Amino acid sequence: MTTLLDLFSIVAISAGTFFIFAGTVGLLRFPDSLTRLHALTKADNLGLGLVILGLIPRADSGLSALRLIIIWALVLLSSASTSQLIGRALRRDRK
Amino acid sequence: MNLLPYLDIVLAGLVIGVAIFTITARDLFASVVGYVAYGLLLAFVWIRLYAPDVALTEAAVGSGVTGVLLITAGKRLGALKNVAPGEEPEFTLKLLTGALAALVACALGAAILMLPDPPPSLAPEAAVAADGAGAGLGNPITAVLMSYRSFDTMLEKIVLILAVVGVWSVGTDKAWGGAPAPLRRPKPYAPMVFLAQILAPVGVLIGVHIFWTGANAPGGAFQGGALLAAMWMITMMARLVEPPRIDANWLRLALVAGPAVFLINGLAGEIMAGNFFAYPPSLAKPIILFIEAFMLLSIAAALPMLVAGPPTGRPDQ
Repeated sequence: MTTLLDLFSIVAISAGTFFIFAGTVGLLRFPDSLTRLHALTKADNLGLGLVILGLIPRADSGLSALRLIIIWALVLLSSASTSQLIGRALRRDRK
Repeated sequence: MNLLPYLDIVLAGLVIGVAIFTITARDLFASVVGYVAYGLLLAFVWIRLYAPDVALTEAAVGSGVTGVLLITAGKRLGALKNVAPGEEPEFTLKLLTGALAALVACALGAAILMLPDPPPSLAPEAAVAADGAGAGLGNPITAVLMSYRSFDTMLEKIVLILAVVGVWSVGTDKAWGGAPAPLRRPKPYAPMVFLAQILAPVGVLIGVHIFWTGANAPGGAFQGGALLAAMWMITMMARLVEPPRIDANWLRLALVAGPAVFLINGLAGEIMAGNFFAYPPSLAKPIILFIEAFMLLSIAAALPMLVAGPPTGRPDQ
């Protein structure tokens, strides 16, 4: 059972790292700010979610697992809202 | 194979790289962003040094609150630049400034190089103190802050109040007693309002939790207070609340509450436990938490007031 859980953790965290890596490549490679913002927020939210999913079986207690999920939710909330704000500021500057 | 030392070296290199970027960036905003990133990296360094308390403070105050402060200051500087064209300083003044900066750098370097080996440390004494009156607390950091070096901790809060008074005194005489200018545009963006409405209650809860848990685990009044301060700032930015008038009694009471309660307890310690700032050991934990609760209030009030700036005396005040 522990081997299975370890395997699950490894797969989830690796997948998460891949998405964060892809998001970072997008941030560096995409042509303009809006697409860069898109790459960063979407890929990183998914990546962090997968990393946290992989960490949940390794948490000491249900409470720390809950905390991990809350951290993810807070990052989702702040990155979604700030990307909206940055996007809007970009559009305002372009006009 | 242990990868951690290599990761540490990469981290240290990153910190130095971002620090150089922050200093050399020509654009003020880029420099501020560099500084915020620098603070976050430094928080990681503190975690690697097994100092989560310092890491929390660095992330909340060094990076978060200072970042907001610098961005606001940068905006005002930018507005000033358009009014008065910068006058190029004279060559001798430039030379003198450069020489003075080099002298300070040399003195700092010499001080570090001339440290005795092993360096003098108060750590053993502090460790003993952590087992003393504050031993009721599970977190030795809080025990040292509140029991071993309580006077310093109190004076830190007084420095904060002095800073707020300094910011307020920059305002014009006419504006005295009025409210600082609102932090943002008249009509804030909807996502900003949404973020403030959702995040503020959660953030306040986490701030109080970090304060409360500071007795037993990493955390404490400063970290929790910084979070509460950030939540007040975000609601002010979303224009859900306006900056208060600086002559409001509740604001002034909140600002002085922390040091005042601390000082009263110190005097009580002189009478009850025979030493200034001493606590009766059996009551140490409740007393420390009681003082910290008021310090939390003072910090949560002082930091947003620093960001809000001097009173402006608008007609609507």
